[in-house]
Amino acid sequence: MLDIPLILFFEGLTNGAIYALMALGLVVLYSVTGVINVAIGEFVMISALTVASLRDGSVPGTIYLLIAGLVLWAVYGAIADLRARRAAKALWSLAWPLLAGAVAYLLVLAISRTAMPYLAHIAVAILLTTALGPVAHRVIVQPLPRASALVYLILTIGLHLALTGLGLAFWGPQPYTLPPFSQGRLRLGPVLMDHQDIWLLAVSLLLLVLLWWFFSRTLHGKALRAAAVNKLGARLSGISVVRAGRTAFTLQVFLASVAGVLITPITKMAYDFGFLIGLKGFVGAIIGGLSNPLVAVIGAVFVGLAEQFSAFYISSAYKDVLVFLLIIPVLLVRSLQHVDFEEHVE
Amino acid sequence: MTRQVPPSSSPTVVTSGGSRVGLWIRRVLLIALLAGLVALPFVADAFTLRLANVIGMNALVVLGLVLLAGYAGLASLGQAAFVGTGAYVAAILASTYGMNPWLSVVAGILASIVIAWLIGLITLRLKGHFLALATLAWGLVITGILRNWMDVTGGNTGFGSATGNRIPPLSFFGDAIRGDREYFVLVWGALLLAVWLVLNLMRSRVGRAIKSLRGGAIAAASFGVDVQRIKMITFLIAAALAALAGGLHTYRELFIVPNLAALGASIDYMIMTVVGGLASIWGALAGSAVFVLLKEQLQQVLPGLIGRTGNYEIIAFGLILVLVLQYARRGLVPMIDGLLPRRPARPVNAGAAPLPARPAVNVTGPLLVLEEVTRSFGGLTAVNRLSFEVELGEVVGLIGPNGAGKTTAFNLITGVLSVNGGRISFAGTDITRKQPHEVARLGLARTFQHLNVSPSMSLIENVSLGAYSRTRSGLWSGLIGLGGAEEERVRAEAYRQLQRVGLADDPFARADSLPLGKLRLLEVARALMADPTLLLLDEPAAGLRVHEKEDLKALVRRLQAEGVTVLLVEHDMDVVMDLADRIVVMNHGERLARGTPAEVRSDPAVVEAYLGKEEA
Repeated sequence: MLDIPLILFFEGLTNGAIYALMALGLVVLYSVTGVINVAIGEFVMISALTVASLRDGSVPGTIYLLIAGLVLWAVYGAIADLRARRAAKALWSLAWPLLAGAVAYLLVLAISRTAMPYLAHIAVAILLTTALGPVAHRVIVQPLPRASALVYLILTIGLHLALTGLGLAFWGPQPYTLPPFSQGRLRLGPVLMDHQDIWLLAVSLLLLVLLWWFFSRTLHGKALRAAAVNKLGARLSGISVVRAGRTAFTLQVFLASVAGVLITPITKMAYDFGFLIGLKGFVGAIIGGLSNPLVAVIGAVFVGLAEQFSAFYISSAYKDVLVFLLIIPVLLVRSLQHVDFEEHVE
Repeated sequence: MTRQVPPSSSPTVVTSGGSRVGLWIRRVLLIALLAGLVALPFVADAFTLRLANVIGMNALVVLGLVLLAGYAGLASLGQAAFVGTGAYVAAILASTYGMNPWLSVVAGILASIVIAWLIGLITLRLKGHFLALATLAWGLVITGILRNWMDVTGGNTGFGSATGNRIPPLSFFGDAIRGDREYFVLVWGALLLAVWLVLNLMRSRVGRAIKSLRGGAIAAASFGVDVQRIKMITFLIAAALAALAGGLHTYRELFIVPNLAALGASIDYMIMTVVGGLASIWGALAGSAVFVLLKEQLQQVLPGLIGRTGNYEIIAFGLILVLVLQYARRGLVPMIDGLLPRRPARPVNAGAAPLPARPAVNVTGPLLVLEEVTRSFGGLTAVNRLSFEVELGEVVGLIGPNGAGKTTAFNLITGVLSVNGGRISFAGTDITRKQPHEVARLGLARTFQHLNVSPSMSLIENVSLGAYSRTRSGLWSGLIGLGGAEEERVRAEAYRQLQRVGLADDPFARADSLPLGKLRLLEVARALMADPTLLLLDEPAAGLRVHEKEDLKALVRRLQAEGVTVLLVEHDMDVVMDLADRIVVMNHGERLARGTPAEVRSDPAVVEAYLGKEEA
């Protein structure tokens, strides 16, 4: 029984890794665009349930969502071009999203009817869900440039509601499970770990490292950081703020969709499970002040650990309560820090 | 637009254009609404009355959110938590501890206020969205507690007669209030009372302070508004209204469940607020009515369409939320209001008694003194050991090339930034560590380099915002509609300041109808509302045309003649050289030179800083 703290530690670490992906996505998007995406957890749900549909041999609702978004994209783009009196370009703006939607539909239809290895289904689901990222940005966020953080927050609440409801319509209320990426267990010292836990930790770690490399070493990543620090300055140096926002949104959705396929073999997934995962990522992001990615990741892992330990040692019924109470000391410390008056103005 | 008494006789009452028709249409609508409400309990069936009660209770919560989100710009995603607190505290106190039901409702409201106060303490100093996230987390916490603390709350099965905890009904002189017909009177009575209080509040001094938050905390503080305090007041009012709704819910149902406090309910309140109109008091009623009736319909229709039961209406509400924000951000009631003919603005009684004047300062020595003031950002020292002073009655210009630290110096004086070292004093008072609103209240008023006026408000309303530090009415007198006399004086004073800067032709025009040059004068008029001893002008000539600059110069000269001391941060050499008695030149965060315009102009160091070093 000596091993209990160690077991709790690894369980906490696995959950914490998922929350870390959420927290990182939230911090990146907020820094670049000022958008707090309440709907991040719905993309976790969508990617996981998309895999479930594909394994079932049915067409996942995700594709209809994508097509609906692309149609709106086409309409918005064409209207914008017509207003700018560029008729030829309007035709193209109208055509390409529709074409892309049609091609995606046919591909998904074919895939759903073909026997494919599990990992291929996972890849397709991540791709399909991630494709919703730029679409959501174009259709939901972009029509409201320069809105306040408050308006963006309410806007993504709308997205959260719509996606949750659509999740229910597509997949029903029942929870789904997915098989682990590979069967088996691995002994790590005194602890026996499922392969899926190791997959989860390894992939999360890999993503964190890749992101670090992206933001610190590539021009694209540096451009995103520049847009986060100073929008006007970034625009003057030729960085499109819209494109930076879309990239950040896509990145966030990508992280969420990977998280979905990693966690579902461990915990199951239903249309309304994603939200809570997203919210716990929020706690990590708040620990990082919504701006510091490293602290946010550490905070998110801490959330995962606190959740497991409090569930075991204090009360499993109150574990969510305790996790969300974590933000009180965090906010208290932040508000006791001396800040210039200027800084706490929106 | 404006009908004015001919200028020969000095005007006493200034009235605006806008048609009487607009006024009458609104009056008729209001009377129709009230008549409908009076008739409803006599004609409606039980089901309709039940819906009306649900609408009324929701509207109470939404009214608080309108104040909070629409006027103060703060979002709460946990209003349902306050509803739940009010409901459960009332139910448990009345049922388990035998408290008088009416008192238990009051206790529930007080409990919510205390909790809101604690949340406010740790979040209101942070950026606005932290309040949203903190209230969201608090909602999850309280729901978790209500679901799991079985002994006290009854857990998921709920609390009330059905679970063996008898909640006594509210009673009126011994008669129990039961059924939706009787409750209708109670709920809508409470709602209309709350609407009346909030309408009064928004017309009062505190309401003006709440509205001023929309222009940003820095601007509000520059009028002397204690931003933390006003935000807290707004948050507490919203929490109290939510808890009142919760208490009423408890006694209408005599049975309550934890979902009352859940996040989903908080989101519903947010939808109602956005749909009705974020910044519309009557929108609270319209928003909750639309939401409740639409939800009723959707819950009947959608499961049939999809072929399964479930709460599919959230799809529709999610899309509605997005579409309203994208295409009709003002919301339902303000949109309808915009379609009606404009109603005339309240007239200005220019003969009203003036607001009390600020006592003349009594300083020996300079009015404003900076001693060795230093401020750095990370490794960059933006202002380095800066010293200068401004004498009473002077116009002093603070100039320097781009990045010299002028704006930082300005922000240090007004308290927007804090100093790392050195001392600043104003009128003999040390203001080094004072908050911006405290500095403003001492008689230091400012304008903004980046204009900070409310575009949709009239000139007179914009200027009135500046009166905060010269007026006294408190929260309570504002709520019950006292302080009208003071408001009349504020409007008269605002009209006088508009006259002073030459903008009194149409005091009821919207601010966004003015060109840039006049907007700068509008900001000066607003600053003058505080009857300032020292007026700080932050790049007032930026972007002005030649004749606009001339108007500005004439105004500053006139103000100086009237005894106002002016500190001018300015790029435009021509303006500074013409106006300033003395000039302080900054470069690289330090004082490079000071003296009369002629002295500064011939100072080789200044010439070098501006034009570069001459090649030898």
